[in-house]
Amino acid sequence: MVNGERARGTTKSGGTTRTAAKKPTPRKKATTDRSVANVADPAFVQLLTPDGERVEHPDYSVDFTDQEYRDLYRDLVIVRRLDTEGTTLQRQGQLGIWASLAGQEAAQIGSGRALAEQDMVFPTYREHGVLWTRDIDPIMPFGLFRGVDLGGWDAQKYRFQGYTIVIGAQTLHATGYAMGITKDGKVGTDDGEAVIAYFGDGAISQGDVNEAFIYAAAYDAPVVFFCQNNQYAISVPVHKQAKTPLFKRADGFGFPGVRVDGNDVLATYAVTKVAMDRARHGQGPGLIEAFTYRMGAHTTTDDPTRYRDKSEEEEWRLKDPVARMRGFLEKQQLADDDYFASIDAEAAEHALSLRERVLTLPEPKPSAIFDHVYPNGSPLLDAERAEFLAYQESFEGSGH
Amino acid sequence: MLQSTIGKGVNLGLRRALEDDSKVLIMGEDIGRLGGVFRVTDSLQKDFGEDRVIDTPLAESGIVGTAIGLAMRGYRPVCEIQFDGFVYPAFDQIVCQLAKMHNRSMGKIALPVVIRIPWGGGIGAVEHHSESPEAYFAHTAGLKVVACSNPNDAYWMIQQAIASDDPIIFFEPKRRYHEKGEISDDGELGGAFPLHKARVAREGTDCTVVAYGPMVRTCLDAATAAEADGRSLEVIDMRTLSPLDMEPVYDSVKRTGRLVIVHEAPSNVGLGAEIATRVMQECFYSLEAPVLRVTGYNTPYPQSRLEEEYLPDLDRVLDAVDRTFAY
Repeated sequence: MVNGERARGTTKSGGTTRTAAKKPTPRKKATTDRSVANVADPAFVQLLTPDGERVEHPDYSVDFTDQEYRDLYRDLVIVRRLDTEGTTLQRQGQLGIWASLAGQEAAQIGSGRALAEQDMVFPTYREHGVLWTRDIDPIMPFGLFRGVDLGGWDAQKYRFQGYTIVIGAQTLHATGYAMGITKDGKVGTDDGEAVIAYFGDGAISQGDVNEAFIYAAAYDAPVVFFCQNNQYAISVPVHKQAKTPLFKRADGFGFPGVRVDGNDVLATYAVTKVAMDRARHGQGPGLIEAFTYRMGAHTTTDDPTRYRDKSEEEEWRLKDPVARMRGFLEKQQLADDDYFASIDAEAAEHALSLRERVLTLPEPKPSAIFDHVYPNGSPLLDAERAEFLAYQESFEGSGH
Repeated sequence: MLQSTIGKGVNLGLRRALEDDSKVLIMGEDIGRLGGVFRVTDSLQKDFGEDRVIDTPLAESGIVGTAIGLAMRGYRPVCEIQFDGFVYPAFDQIVCQLAKMHNRSMGKIALPVVIRIPWGGGIGAVEHHSESPEAYFAHTAGLKVVACSNPNDAYWMIQQAIASDDPIIFFEPKRRYHEKGEISDDGELGGAFPLHKARVAREGTDCTVVAYGPMVRTCLDAATAAEADGRSLEVIDMRTLSPLDMEPVYDSVKRTGRLVIVHEAPSNVGLGAEIATRVMQECFYSLEAPVLRVTGYNTPYPQSRLEEEYLPDLDRVLDAVDRTFAY
């Protein structure tokens, strides 16, 4: 950088003489964000330390009953256990692929539980934890990953749209949906509606995400952009894509941004609640950067040992979101060993039931290829379907 | 009955759609106060307000992506892409999102979004303002693609596209925007000629000429010129590019035995290739000559001083017709 600065100074001065007055100021090294967890920094919202110690923040707080604290812990344990089952099922050849949420449970449960019933979620393909908070049967995404269906849960009923695989594309849908909320006059009151759009640190480089920020700002759309910065876009670390902390991007678009400890379920709940309430009251969009860590692989096709050190994984393991909440419950004496054992047993039951149901998911009919291509149908597809069925039936003993 | 133009026909159709359904929105770059760079949306924002006729930021993926979200919310957005060559930044949103959402949601989400694209060459413009990208969209399952060629179709087809629950790419022949013609503006939408049907634009007996959009006028002119030479051309306006409506083409070719397909887009893997293949399959024993295509060349669209050489014109159409008679 120093050389670059000098070169520019030289050109300005005429190209032949070096101006002594133009001594370059070395630029500060851009932060890599690798170990930011400074509780003293008000720009980093944390309510639970990695040990489970409750700490205060000047702007954010939570006020849960004992049972509500325990319920959050239960959520964290169950979604982790179901996620583990997803990975196991893939390893056993029962799923084509699985995108694990391990490490991101607090970011997803905290934000998901902060939503009002009327709010709408636009997920990526990793939001199994948020999906759990919307009371959707956790089997739903398994049909997609097993390849027997295309997802297709009822987005309106559960207020949770379909998984989106193209990185960042859903942020524009979320923004348009939020623009529609404003047109419907459903903002400005406590029961107003708001939208949350999930995406990751890799997605923040996408044009669509930046366009979503622009449209959301231009139309004051009631949408909260929830970025789970899990430090990696498959293999490329965030500091190779971003030279500024991600939450600061919001400034340039004209809405507030906040960085929260993404492994702290209380803090992610608190910041999401505030941002969603701002949006539903007509105060426009917000950006939340949940600073977290993808403990496992990007998906089951990935091999993190090729691009990151074990020591880094160990460092983050000390900030585990589930262990942190357990630490809190223990310190506050809100739960005992029997309780923890009962939650583990419940999670195992959920996983077992999930496994059994995944293995018996019905295979799709071959002609399902032609289903739901156009709301109004198409004569071309009608002809192709008929041809396809005739061909299938031409085989002896065909059951179709 | 009303004397009008293609551009005005779209304008009047949009106006009627805005009047008929409060969920219809118009959105795009410079479409509000300016009325669009071709003035197709002239006065709509003044009459229907900024909330329904929306000047968007200059970001095409954003236009289509937010239109998808608005459609999920129950709106019926009509997006304008300013010029054909500017649609590509929105390509993912159109091809991966708009086209596939109904399928991906297993039928639970319909996206009644119309994307209007002023399209084709012949206006003396710089690069990116004269392209014919229809094959990209016709190739994509989940999209329907139509092209209007006259004021009456412009008026009715845009309303039919807006009323349809399918996502529709609506091509408008920009060099013909000022071409005059009659609009039968009385009557209901349900009584209009169906959106996804081709139509015989001129009856003839010796050779079938298939075209759509701006090339329909060129082919009608060619038919008039051919008549003077004693040849009767039947001109078919395809109107719907996906799905194709092939029956009028089969009927015609079975009578004439000859087919020339005309479009501005390059020939390679274009609409003409698909039409020719289907005719070969359905009319094999009726064909007296190979199916010929008259198209733009397989090059980037040229500098405007060469576009008359690049674009199919009356002479090139007649030349192809002559060649079909050499067999």
